[in-house]
Amino acid sequence: MKISKYINIKSIFAFVAVIGLFVNNLFAQATTVAATAVVDPEKNAYIPKMVTYYLLLFLLVCIVIALIGKILSVYDLTKKVQGAKQGFSWDKFNGILFLLFLVVGLYGTYWSYTIQGAQILPESASEHGVKIDEMFNVTLIITTIVFVITHILLFVFTYKYSYSSKKKAYFLPHNNTLEKYWTVIPAIVLTILVLMGFFTWRDITNISQDGIKNAIHIEVTAHQFAWEARYGGKDNVNGRKNYKLIGGLGGLNSLGVDLADKNNYDDLTVSEIVLPVNKPVRFTLGSKDVLHSFYMPHFRVQMNCVPGMATYFQFTPRLTTADMRDKVNDPNFNYFLLCAKICGGSHFNMKFAVRVVSQKEYDKWLLVQKPLVNTAMIKAYQENLANNETNSATNKIALNN
Amino acid sequence: MATLTLNDTHITAQTDHADHGHHKETFLTKYIFSQDHKMIAKQFLITGIFMGVVAMTLSILFRIQLAYPDESFPLLEMLLGKFAPEGRLDPNFYLSLVTIHGTIMVFFVLTAGLSGTFSNLLIPLQLGARDMASPFMNMLSYWFFAVASAIMLATFFIETGPASSGWTIYPPLSALPKAMPGSGLGMTMWLISMVLFVASSLMGGINYVSTVLNMRTKGMDLWKMPLTIWAFFLTAIVGILSFPVLVAAVVLLIFDRSFGTSFYLSDIYIAGQALPNEGGSPVLWQHLFWFLGHPEVYIVLMPALGITSEVITTNSRKPIFGYHAMVYSLIGITVLSFIVWGHHMFVTGMNPFLGGVFMITTLIIAVPSAVKTFNYLATLWRGNIKFTPAMLFAIGLVSFFISGGLTGIFLGNAALDINLHDTYFVVAHFHLVMGSAAIFGMLSGIYHWFPKMFGKMMDAKLGYLHFWLTFISAYLVFFPMHFMGLDGVPRRYYAFTEFESMNEWLSVNKFITWSAILGAVAQVAFLYNFVYSIFFGKKSVQNPWDSTTLEWTTPVEHLHGNWPGEIPTVYRWPYDYSKPGSEVDFISQITPLSETMNSNLPHDFEGNEESERIQMDWEKQNNKETVK
Repeated sequence: MKISKYINIKSIFAFVAVIGLFVNNLFAQATTVAATAVVDPEKNAYIPKMVTYYLLLFLLVCIVIALIGKILSVYDLTKKVQGAKQGFSWDKFNGILFLLFLVVGLYGTYWSYTIQGAQILPESASEHGVKIDEMFNVTLIITTIVFVITHILLFVFTYKYSYSSKKKAYFLPHNNTLEKYWTVIPAIVLTILVLMGFFTWRDITNISQDGIKNAIHIEVTAHQFAWEARYGGKDNVNGRKNYKLIGGLGGLNSLGVDLADKNNYDDLTVSEIVLPVNKPVRFTLGSKDVLHSFYMPHFRVQMNCVPGMATYFQFTPRLTTADMRDKVNDPNFNYFLLCAKICGGSHFNMKFAVRVVSQKEYDKWLLVQKPLVNTAMIKAYQENLANNETNSATNKIALNN
Repeated sequence: MATLTLNDTHITAQTDHADHGHHKETFLTKYIFSQDHKMIAKQFLITGIFMGVVAMTLSILFRIQLAYPDESFPLLEMLLGKFAPEGRLDPNFYLSLVTIHGTIMVFFVLTAGLSGTFSNLLIPLQLGARDMASPFMNMLSYWFFAVASAIMLATFFIETGPASSGWTIYPPLSALPKAMPGSGLGMTMWLISMVLFVASSLMGGINYVSTVLNMRTKGMDLWKMPLTIWAFFLTAIVGILSFPVLVAAVVLLIFDRSFGTSFYLSDIYIAGQALPNEGGSPVLWQHLFWFLGHPEVYIVLMPALGITSEVITTNSRKPIFGYHAMVYSLIGITVLSFIVWGHHMFVTGMNPFLGGVFMITTLIIAVPSAVKTFNYLATLWRGNIKFTPAMLFAIGLVSFFISGGLTGIFLGNAALDINLHDTYFVVAHFHLVMGSAAIFGMLSGIYHWFPKMFGKMMDAKLGYLHFWLTFISAYLVFFPMHFMGLDGVPRRYYAFTEFESMNEWLSVNKFITWSAILGAVAQVAFLYNFVYSIFFGKKSVQNPWDSTTLEWTTPVEHLHGNWPGEIPTVYRWPYDYSKPGSEVDFISQITPLSETMNSNLPHDFEGNEESERIQMDWEKQNNKETVK
């Protein structure tokens, strides 16, 4: 009677909707066919079929869901007609789902921590990184505890206190003692974390003048989409450079080194970064064009490369590549440097090899590295100088500026 | 607590607005250039939903690329043409997708779509005002937003493609058309669009603030405002103070791009040429951008928190726990949000000492956030929870807010940030805490106030389906990303194929992509429900959720001016649910204390001795024990 009428109207709507979607589908099919014809009729002929197939599949799912909904509402209505106070209790249902979500979610979290947690970076290959990892673990433990407790409370409450017409909620507008507790306790915990973080951060970033002097000086310059590294050489100083000199000296001066500065002549150009273990190393970072980020995840090292401004990062490697290969049980393991700041189309492909070796191997490696300033550059520079002397003074300024 | 109470701001001048209903309305003035706040709210909502669907589709496109970096999808070439040659996304277009996805989601959906909709709808309705302080400016606000949206979407149809330097558009990448195709015309249009957007936001914000301060009905002092209004009010203040800085930054960038200035550019050698710009600093942009950018996070989040407070308390049939603490924590977040921006810049070359300072301020802001979370939990405790779809989404928000907030403790720590900066850990963090949480707040608001907006009910069961699929898929998408970040996988990578160590995440990427597709498909349930219910939904009753706030005292049929007669006077705070002694489980804000002698509590009188005396007399007469 009444129920059947109600269902009929609804099903008519559903039917109309289905027809509408189907017609829509046909149109979609027609237009896709037209589009294909433009691109390449042979190659992509299967696409419209495929699209239609998936749309129909989706439609089928929708119909199934609509059917389930319909069945549920019929069940609900019959229950009501039979005189039951309420039909299907959606409040109870959602409460149970929340509880289920809690259980499955906690298991999923555990699963993620163990399975995916095993895939994260191995232990830090640098000294400061060990401190960072320790702090990370402390933070992780604290946050995980809070995460689990609050979620248990949230979903147990939603389950336990789901609606019942017999119950009445407990009128509790405020409780200042509780408020104080959960203001002060997080504040204390955060203070501890802040202090730990602050001192670690200062340790990493505040290096004494002596510390700076004793480190190996390496300069890394980023550009779209590669890295250039040079070592300070015998004097352990990276010579002066000027971006306006880039591309000069017959196209050989890729970094824009200023040959008037004698410190440049012993600088070494390298095709991979090789570091001696347990020896502090200081990176001076720069960029020729846009922002890049000097990121070596295994060393817990990251610093942006900014055009027009030098940035620094100093650290001490503590595990050689060979050590790390043993630790991660992978004979092919290698450290690397990558770019972490969006820098253009090939941002995802800015790899540079990094190797940590013993002091002995390092010394040996250093011997075979080529100087940054080669004879061709010096020749071109001297020719320039000679030309300059014959030319007017204004030209000179323009060149050396 | 009475220090902030302002009892003397009852403006009643708006009562004579009632005859506005007699204006002759054409289609144009009613639906297009409407000055009625309810219609403008709907315009914001529908535009916001549309933009949301667009941005979600973009995310599915780049998720497909991440899951199947080596496979070709001829369908993509058919749809996108030269942006997907041979059926594979172009790397530059991939970055465009990421950029526009972020821009649209943050600004167009979660700022305009969320604040624009609910501030417009609820501020006049919950405060008892006929309309906004300036309806005309309100209309302009929407149309600036609409134009901004159109310009932003139009960038997909230009030769060089949309802006592609990330939603933060860091120069020099965004300043140099030679650096990437997206930094050409696409970026110019992005900047124009954002200027219009900010203008829209400011007009909206000024309107919200002036309405809240000046147009409250009689009896509605600040401490009787619902938390939604507090949230919208503070959000608008944050917006007014921070958005102009973005405009300043954007204008300087326009100068750098088009007029040869050097605000952000220095010492650049690109495409075989040394540029003349010297002395600028890319870090300056970051300071200016994040001075907006970080408060922006709270502009996105606070309205969602306000909506959630309202929805949770209504559906728990319990007063919100710690109303004053909730307001103070919102105020705390508002103030602190302005001094934490540097935590986005720990490793950008900013002075490390500043890094330490920003770390301290950043972790302080976690305290008010924690207070809010615990107050939500305490509100649920011993409630009588009705699971309307709105309530489900509100609970979902609390869950996301906890999960995402906790990972913020890692990122706010400068030392930990060294290795997490610009990795997937960050992506996971902000997608949970501001992405998912804010969108859940928005959806919660839509389900809750749909009857108010359209006079119809949405289908609850479809709402349940929508919630569960979205909730589960959001966690499936973002939870694994944390671990990718901990493995040092940077964000905005077109493919993980170039690094051997990232290969192990390919299967996870496939899983994430399929979860994202599930989540996207689930939105069809919402869209269908939304559109169907507007036209064929069950007719709503006046107060479908048995709520105490003022908006439910207006008639279901909209009328210009909101209340047919005089605007009701407010006598009590908005959270008298399940009050002991009361026969009904909610007492509307417009019910005077004199009608509820059974349930009055001492604090209801706010120290008014006369009222206390009357209550005591009544209690003596009725042999009732004093509740004190």
